[in-house]
Amino acid sequence: MVEELLFFMEVLVGGLLAGTMYSLVALGFVLIFKASATFNFSQGAMVFFSVLAFVGFMQDFNIPFVLAFILAALLMVVVGLCTERFVLRPLMNASEDTVLMATIGLGYVLEGLAQAAWGVEVRRLDLGIGDFPVPWIADNLKLFISALDITAGLVAAIMIIGLFLLFKYTKIGLGLRAVADDAGAASSIGIPLKHIMLLVWSAAGVVALVAGCMWGARAGVQFALVDLALKALPVLIIGGFSSIPGAIIGGLIIGAVEKVLEVYIGPFFGGAIEGWAPYVLAIFFLLYRPEGLFGEKIIRRV
Amino acid sequence: MMKPVFMTYTKKDLINLAVCMVLSVLVIPSFITTEYWYTSILIPWLCLALATIGQQIVMGYTGQLALGAAGFMAAGAFAMFNLILRVPDLGFVGSLIVSGLIAAAFGILFGLPSLKVRGIYLMVATLASQFFIIWMIDKFGWFKNYDSSGIITAQDIVILGKPFTTPLAMYFVCLAVTTVLTLLAMNMARGSTGRNWMAVRDMDIAAESMGVSLLRTKVQAFAISAFYCGVAGALFAFCYLKSLEPVAFDIKLSFKILFMCILGGLGTINGAFIGAAFILLFPVLLNAIGNNVFHGAIDATIISSIEQVIFGGLMIIFMIYEPLGMAKLWENIKQKWKTKIPSSTNLKSSLGKKT
Repeated sequence: MVEELLFFMEVLVGGLLAGTMYSLVALGFVLIFKASATFNFSQGAMVFFSVLAFVGFMQDFNIPFVLAFILAALLMVVVGLCTERFVLRPLMNASEDTVLMATIGLGYVLEGLAQAAWGVEVRRLDLGIGDFPVPWIADNLKLFISALDITAGLVAAIMIIGLFLLFKYTKIGLGLRAVADDAGAASSIGIPLKHIMLLVWSAAGVVALVAGCMWGARAGVQFALVDLALKALPVLIIGGFSSIPGAIIGGLIIGAVEKVLEVYIGPFFGGAIEGWAPYVLAIFFLLYRPEGLFGEKIIRRV
Repeated sequence: MMKPVFMTYTKKDLINLAVCMVLSVLVIPSFITTEYWYTSILIPWLCLALATIGQQIVMGYTGQLALGAAGFMAAGAFAMFNLILRVPDLGFVGSLIVSGLIAAAFGILFGLPSLKVRGIYLMVATLASQFFIIWMIDKFGWFKNYDSSGIITAQDIVILGKPFTTPLAMYFVCLAVTTVLTLLAMNMARGSTGRNWMAVRDMDIAAESMGVSLLRTKVQAFAISAFYCGVAGALFAFCYLKSLEPVAFDIKLSFKILFMCILGGLGTINGAFIGAAFILLFPVLLNAIGNNVFHGAIDATIISSIEQVIFGGLMIIFMIYEPLGMAKLWENIKQKWKTKIPSSTNLKSSLGKKT
């Protein structure tokens, strides 16, 4: 009995920590949605693009780790700049769906550019943190939990707290919230819309880079990252599109549910149900609570 | 009471239809003799155009952002395989229709969330159908007739005892099915069904208060869309791939069909054909340029990456400058020609009157 419970705990904790990886991707979505009410479908491609550039700088040009990270982050700022100038600004008054489709196009551009520049083969990313159980926890609590998962959890926690403070207590955060609420009114009282957009897209780019590092260290830097990032969508639906804590809780729920289902129910169906289980879970949420756990209630004006 | 089928067609439509038919039945088979054109371009073009019409119905006409066309195509393809295998009495055409209906059942099931949500939320719900259908086919051996290799060879097409196995014959099968379904789609789009779809697309609340049943209209659109995708998937597997594997119907194909639909022109039937032709032919062109101009100096993976960049870039450009796609672009060009010629003649006649 105790062993079974321990095994369950292990699955659950593993799932929760893996869920923080989804949260990291979802965080980028939320940032942009919060500030511009734009749903950025290319966030997954941004994860892939940024981490591939990071690894490319390190492996092809032998740039040291920290410098490569800074360069990749700067590159994401440039991507944000171009996106603001060439995609978002012309689409300022377009409908939500049009902007969404344009970001799908943007995702394609980023994926293509990344592969054209750095090639299509899977690259290894070594962060110096192994993807193996931490001995201390294994000995004392009898739980096998990967060091990488714990790192991802910590990184996610730090980023959440940082972003939360930024949004809540700084002038920039106030501006961001104002723009999200009503872009027209915000710009009429002198909030520079351009700078806010640039800031938010750059921040989302850096978040994507961090998420990409975590995913890349686990699964290798490869195109499949884009598909993994799609799982951030059910996370957002569960947590709510405009809530930073929602992204975290949603990620944790998806991570835990998917692992527990896979381990306990999966074998009856031949496994691999984690491919669709998050989406079905999202459908149930949509039917009962379409705005998500922490989202603002969806109001449609006629 | 049944309405006459050709009721909503004008003389111009009939001329267009006649021209298309003469081109596709008489001109193409007599001028194009290389198999490559049939097996690699014309057959997939017709199949994908049919799937794109399915996507058009749900996205272009009803305004529901769906992203699961390839899932329904897979459902249609594997239903076809099992029907021919297990119910041989049904015949090819019968199996095709039934497999379309099976796909339609999935369409209804996964279209139900559209009653509650829209936009990106609906997109995620339809992604569930994509992943679920592919997983189901992959994991339950029965669908694949317990074939362990993963790739099943599609059965030969036999209609009324006659085999249709040459590329030209398969082209005619695809052409016949596509023509019938395209005409039906145009008819639906112009009739009350299509008007209901468009009313829901333009303003669902207004449509509902005018007495259009949202439940009926949306579920109908999803069912018909999935039917088209199912039939297209069956043709795609039997005439083009000639094999069945779930991987062929992955999310990438769904995105491809979405691109065909949007670049071709939302809410138009001919946009489906234009979009499918563009997405299919552009890589061919790019490869030809890579081989002939640069003599293979550019790696094939780089060419496919460039292709992706161009598709994505075009998507952005179209969204900014012409959200209604290439069909609208074509319409604009035609309009320009039309207004140019009469205005000059008018000018002349008015000048003539003065003197």
